[in-house]
Parts: sequence; C-alpha cells; structure tokens
Amino acid sequence: MIRKPWWKIIAFVLLMYVCVMGFLVKVPTPPGVPLGHSIRNLFFHVPMWFGMMILFFTSLVYAVKYLRNPSHLLDTYSLEFARTGVVFGVLGLITGSIWAKAQWGAWWSGDAKQNGAAIALLMYFAYFVLRGSLNEEEKKSRIGAVYNIFAFFMLFPTLWILPRLVESLHPGGQGSEGNPGLNPKDSNWQMKIVFWPAVIGWTLLAVWITTLRIRLQILKEKKLSNG
Amino acid sequence: MDKLKRIAATFIMSMITVFANAQDAAADANDVMKANGKIYVVMSVVIVIVLGLFIYLINLDRKITKLEKE
Repeated sequence: MIRKPWWKIIAFVLLMYVCVMGFLVKVPTPPGVPLGHSIRNLFFHVPMWFGMMILFFTSLVYAVKYLRNPSHLLDTYSLEFARTGVVFGVLGLITGSIWAKAQWGAWWSGDAKQNGAAIALLMYFAYFVLRGSLNEEEKKSRIGAVYNIFAFFMLFPTLWILPRLVESLHPGGQGSEGNPGLNPKDSNWQMKIVFWPAVIGWTLLAVWITTLRIRLQILKEKKLSNG
Repeated sequence: MDKLKRIAATFIMSMITVFANAQDAAADANDVMKANGKIYVVMSVVIVIVLGLFIYLINLDRKITKLEKE
C-alpha cells in the first residue's frame, strides 16, 4: 500500500487544483468582515491543522496497535506519523502567525486557539524527548506508545474544548457561538469545493512524506542488522 | 493502469466544471488583486513551489525504491 503510486497522483492532482483554484475561486467579501481576500488562507493554513490532526490520530492508532501486539514496525509507523504531524503543526503555527499579523495586528495575541495549539505541539515535542531519553529499544517503544495516547487526548482540551469556552479572535469564536475556526457566514459553497480537496491533498502529501521516512527507517535498520 | 486513467479522468472532468465557475469570479469589478492581474503572480509562485516539492518527493521516492530493491 505505501509503495503504490495512485494516491500520490491524487495528492498531486488535488494540490495543483487547490493551488490554482485557491486563487481564482470567488470568495465572499461581505462588508464588516475584515478578512477580505486573505480568507484564501483557508486553503493553505487550515489544512495544515487538519493534516496534523489526521496524522496524530494515525500515530495514535499505531501506538495502540503496538501496545496490543508489540512489533518494531508498528512503533516506527507511530513515530514517523507523529513526526510529520509535528512538522505540519509547526507550519500551521507559522502560517497562522503571519495571518494573525495581518488580521489581528500582532504575530502572537495569546488567543485561546493559538496558545492551545502551541501547548499541543509542546506535548508532542515531549514525546520525542521522552523517546530520546530512553536507551532500551523496547522500553522506548512501549513508554513512547503510552505517552502517545496521552498526548493525543491532550488535543481534546487544548484544541477542541478550551478554545470553545472562551472568547477567541478566530472567526466564529465569540463566546457561545461555537467552533472557533471559520465562521460559516464568511464561507460559501465555492470555497468548500476547494477547501475539502485541499484537506485531502495536503494530508496525502503528509502521508507520502511519512511513508518515505518509514521506508528509510526500515532500510536503515536492515543495514544495521546486516553490517 | 486502466483504473489509474479512470481516476485521472474523473478529476480532470470535475476540474473543468469548477473552471467554468471561476469565470464569474473574474468578472467581479471590485476585485483589485484580480483586476490588475497581480494574483496570477502569486499563483504562479505557489504552483512552482508545490511543483518543486513534488518533483523532489518523486525523486526521493525513486531513490528509496532503488535502495529497497538492492
């Protein structure tokens, strides 16, 4: 599966489509909404977070699989998915910061979602630190997998619950308004048919990078055991 | 391979309908970025970057496949 080309082609086609349509699609610019054309960031900034969450979830699945049936391969999968997830999360933070500078006037405004995302990423950084601090292979994998589950469930308060409880600068985040992500009023169907391909395309790209790392890791270990 | 072609065709077809939709966007007179054509500069930059990334990834994929076969 990870060596098959078809989903890589889909990733390519979808992202090319997103990079063209992301700039051409008609976006609503209602008066009073300050976003204007910067709302096109929806096709580039937001999929980073979706990708990150999907990758972290995949990492969690492999961590649970590892704990049920310990094998080195499952641990490699879990580790590499978390690694690419962190890369996408960092990209999300940086692009969000650029967008925030333009819209909210500061690189970092201590917005509930900004802080939550940063904390969530720090939890995953701790995962790598924890793994790196253990010498024994088996212990590293087992404790890493247990921590991975914990880190994933910390995404619930940091990304999904706390930002909903307080005022957020993110659109749609005023108190009880609900999801502090995108205000549905600022969006239209034309944007949605670019947004969802963007999510799938960027996620597939992330998966591709991950599989390359996994294959490299397998090769490396093969070489080590031979040599 | 036949399956692949069918998937590709589906995507291309769905893209055509969306391109048709983009036409009324270009007609928007208030669209400053589009009126002066500058958005196409940004678009081409992004496309080049993403294309470059894909070429790099394809190369990496090939190299790793070659190593795996050794």
